[in-house]
Amino acid sequence: MNNTAVKELLYKMADDLLIIGHRNSEWTGLGPILEEDISFSSMAQDKIGQSQALFQLLHELGEQEPDTVAFARGAGQFHNCQFVELPNGEYDFSLIRHFLFDHADQLRFEMLANSSYEPLAKVARKVKGEIKYHVFHANTWVVKLGPANEESHTRMQKALNEAWNYALGIFENGPYEEELKQAGIFDGEQVLFDKWLANITPHLLKAGLMIPLQDTWQAVNGGRYGKHTTHLEPLVEEMSEVFKIDPSAEW
Amino acid sequence: MYGNAYIDPNEKAAGILAGEDMQKLAEFEARIARGEKIEPKDWMPREYRKQLIRMIEQHAHSEIIGALPEGTWITRAPGFKRKLALMAKVQDEVGHGQLLYSAAETLGKSREAMINDLITGKSKYSNVFNYPAFTWADACVIAWLIDAGAIINQVANAKGSYGPYCRALDRICTEESFHLKYGHDNVVTLATGTPVQRKMVQEALSRWWPPIMHFFGPSDKISNHTEILMRWKVKMATNDDMRQQFLNMYVPKIWDLGLTVPDAKLSKNEETGKWEYTEPDWDEFKRVINGDGPCNAERLAVRRNAEERGRWVREALNTSESKYMVPFA
Repeated sequence: MNNTAVKELLYKMADDLLIIGHRNSEWTGLGPILEEDISFSSMAQDKIGQSQALFQLLHELGEQEPDTVAFARGAGQFHNCQFVELPNGEYDFSLIRHFLFDHADQLRFEMLANSSYEPLAKVARKVKGEIKYHVFHANTWVVKLGPANEESHTRMQKALNEAWNYALGIFENGPYEEELKQAGIFDGEQVLFDKWLANITPHLLKAGLMIPLQDTWQAVNGGRYGKHTTHLEPLVEEMSEVFKIDPSAEW
Repeated sequence: MYGNAYIDPNEKAAGILAGEDMQKLAEFEARIARGEKIEPKDWMPREYRKQLIRMIEQHAHSEIIGALPEGTWITRAPGFKRKLALMAKVQDEVGHGQLLYSAAETLGKSREAMINDLITGKSKYSNVFNYPAFTWADACVIAWLIDAGAIINQVANAKGSYGPYCRALDRICTEESFHLKYGHDNVVTLATGTPVQRKMVQEALSRWWPPIMHFFGPSDKISNHTEILMRWKVKMATNDDMRQQFLNMYVPKIWDLGLTVPDAKLSKNEETGKWEYTEPDWDEFKRVINGDGPCNAERLAVRRNAEERGRWVREALNTSESKYMVPFA
């Protein structure tokens, strides 16, 4: 079994969750209605908690403590997809991102629940129970806002168009796809993508939203290899601002 | 957190009861004297309804405005444990806001109208949130001592006479007790940490002490108005009593941590059992409550901006099938 391959898989997942959790938490106090403040905060807590569990698995594989790994790395060392690091924008974009990302993550954890790497399978079985509610939340709102009125429809369609190519970047192949497949650890991004597309399509149809035409698809890749937008660095600096005052101190 | 409502002690009592049905009023007062709770559909004097709406509404506003200074530290919290705990805490506060708006709605004012009064500056919120949280240690001091003050206020108010508010407060107090532990744990960690951390927390305490002393409001003048509100169990304790209770419970704990309270006069008079302190600057309190504090404009601008940006969502929800429902009490 190749630890490097497993670590790479764990890092990208943990970083996705940490960064999307951080973004979700930015809605605290600012949501369009109080109930949505609370929902985004609740999902943010789940995401951050899930990332912590994955960093803990990495620690068990010899990486540094979860706090050190999460709060003391530079932006270039993060392996999250670029999609999650984009600013929240308006609620329409945040919601569409939540919808697209969480459908992918639900499938990822369902897949990993049967992984041959048992420590990860165990975490995945717990996490998929949490994500079920995130997906339920996303579906409800997308279907509600998509067709509600002209403004909400226009906003949601525009957000979907803007998010789409970034969302495709969730499924960027990692460097160890083949090893992971052969070891029965992870079935690979392509399988995930196909299922994802099949899962989101009926909800988008119901919401009256159109997936951009296929000939315009161009996945925004690079995140899995440490290439990021200019938005990640300030996020990481903000996240580690206090921790870095004294990384050896107890906070 | 965070609630306390500021009732102007100078408001004239005259006319409060004008035009009320005296027999119904006597029955109402007898019920309260027997310890019964007043429920939304029960008869109540106009002034009772008005003061309760004002109080619960201010409390609700304090929760959602209070989420702002603490919320800015969620994205900076040092480490998983603190980040997760602070997120959960601030989420609780917003939840308290939701609960309290619902309690106030049972008295006949919609959440929308209340939020509108907040962002137009017509309705107040706890004055402490007009001060900035400069460092992580400020957020820790807020979580400990402002929440501690709020608990004293809320435990008192939970014994009040209006059923929906009391029930909301019971639940809020349970959650607040965890916030208090969270805040205390944070302050202890900093106060017993590195020299840099100790300096941070001392500076934060020094900054926050004046707003903390302001928290319960100025001494109540015993007016007819205050007397009636206390008889109706709307106001449950005097501001000075609550301040004394706070000092009694928390100053020893602050001193235990080796921190200095920036008031040389602060000491307990063993004969009277009362704490003596330098009288807070009430002119500043009034100035800040009337809009001229360091963060008033910013807090309201953030809230106004959030309302504006979220308008399309609320409009989209407001379809022909949806209808306004007064929340359950």
